[in-house]
Amino acid sequence: MDNTQSINGETPKKMSKLKQSFADFFLTLYNINKFILRFFREAFVPPFELKEVVRQCYEVGVRSFTLISVTGFIVGVIFTKQSRPSLSQFGAESWLPSLVSIAIMRALAPLVTALIASGKVGSSIGAELGSMRVTEQIDAMEVSGTKPFKYLVCTRVLATTLTIPILSTYTGFVALFGGYLNVTQNEGTTWTTFIQEVFEPLTFTDFVASLIKSIVFGFTIGIVGCYQGYNSSKGTEGVGKAANGAVITAMFLVFIEEVIIVQITGWFR
Amino acid sequence: MKKAAIQADHSNPVISIRGLKKAFQDYSVLRGIDLDLYQGENLVVLGRSGTGKSVLIKIISGLLKPDAGQVEVLGYNIATISEDELQALRIRIGFSFQNSALYDSMTVRKNLEFPLVRNRRNLTRGEINTNVEAVLDAVGLSQTINQMPSELSGGQRKRIGIARTLILNPEIMLYDEPTAGLDPITCIEINDLINEVQQRYNTSSIIITHDLTCAKQTGDRIAMLLDGQFQRTGTFEEVFATEDERVKPFYDYNFIK
Repeated sequence: MDNTQSINGETPKKMSKLKQSFADFFLTLYNINKFILRFFREAFVPPFELKEVVRQCYEVGVRSFTLISVTGFIVGVIFTKQSRPSLSQFGAESWLPSLVSIAIMRALAPLVTALIASGKVGSSIGAELGSMRVTEQIDAMEVSGTKPFKYLVCTRVLATTLTIPILSTYTGFVALFGGYLNVTQNEGTTWTTFIQEVFEPLTFTDFVASLIKSIVFGFTIGIVGCYQGYNSSKGTEGVGKAANGAVITAMFLVFIEEVIIVQITGWFR
Repeated sequence: MKKAAIQADHSNPVISIRGLKKAFQDYSVLRGIDLDLYQGENLVVLGRSGTGKSVLIKIISGLLKPDAGQVEVLGYNIATISEDELQALRIRIGFSFQNSALYDSMTVRKNLEFPLVRNRRNLTRGEINTNVEAVLDAVGLSQTINQMPSELSGGQRKRIGIARTLILNPEIMLYDEPTAGLDPITCIEINDLINEVQQRYNTSSIIITHDLTCAKQTGDRIAMLLDGQFQRTGTFEEVFATEDERVKPFYDYNFIK
């Protein structure tokens, strides 16, 4: 009889660790849900922190603008370049603008924007709030009779939810411009023809779906960054963990949401 | 500066604590504390690091929830109070943090305005400026109004932290280690400021410290927290008139015996 497991107690130890991880996972899920509900309870009840929302929108936009411009342009150029050989095999290079527009507007623009914003904005929110938690600035707001959740969390989540769709639209146009440069260089297509071919296959559902996707991504990035920072543990290590956790969790959720939204919008096409 | 004699109103406790218990996981920090803070007095809570002094004032301000016991602040039971009532109560309590907890993305002016504009929404710009200038003047730091917290010294940060609490005219002040990490001269200045606040704003205060000079200069009454309970309470002289080995080293270390 193999008594190894019962003798050294490794299996029960692993089992209890696994149980603990499961418990922690569901506890985190519960806490995130509570956090989201609190956001909806507080965000739309006066007094509003409009000035801070506008300031945060500016911060989110400025923080990501350069990186999004460069990445969007490169995505447009590369995607067009990589798609050409496949279409050439069937003599269908003229479909390139349509293919590029569908790919960029339906999927790439919101996804690329969300991933970049997760890194730039999500980590920054996580670190900023984490640092405020560690240095007791959030406690100081609380004991002075103000509402730190409203001032710090609601404003940032609203800012990402409002700004990321705008950034995503911008990314789409920059990527299309990158695609146009590649197409016009190879096929000599004019700007007018390119634009006509770009918008021809796109439907109203595509624009709405893309917009909804960006709103959901923006909300996710904001809420995850704020959750990680607002609940960060004491110490500088906690700040690092909050920033890191904000990026990883937001990116993971963005991919899952992408899959779900693509499935749902597929039913309406 | 020698502390001016203040007559505390012993018939009127502004904070009344009975049987307060608080534990973190298996470690019991506060083990059934009884305490009264009377109107107009400075009460110093002394104790070793990790004995739950800061936990006590965090419970009083509603930042932590007690496990058991009753904590009554200005007539409200902290354990059963609603969120809105707690927020209204907090305006009447000033909390000076150990590391000052200034909002480091805001100037001194914005730090002071932050609680004011959110709690007194009907104030005009002129009234806000007057209030800010008045508290800055009270802590003697008018010249720092447009500076960022990172540009201030430790002592200045403490003073601005105190000014930020004073701007709401609190009835109770809670000081968490007000002299920690400061040089002796700045410590004396902070002690003087604590006494000045008591006289000028007629506050009742709890001062958490293990600095006996601070305790002697600011305290009307001292309460010594040992093993999760207040073992000795009285004037400075009464508390240290003992051969208790848990108390004596405090005095000997601070006054280099």
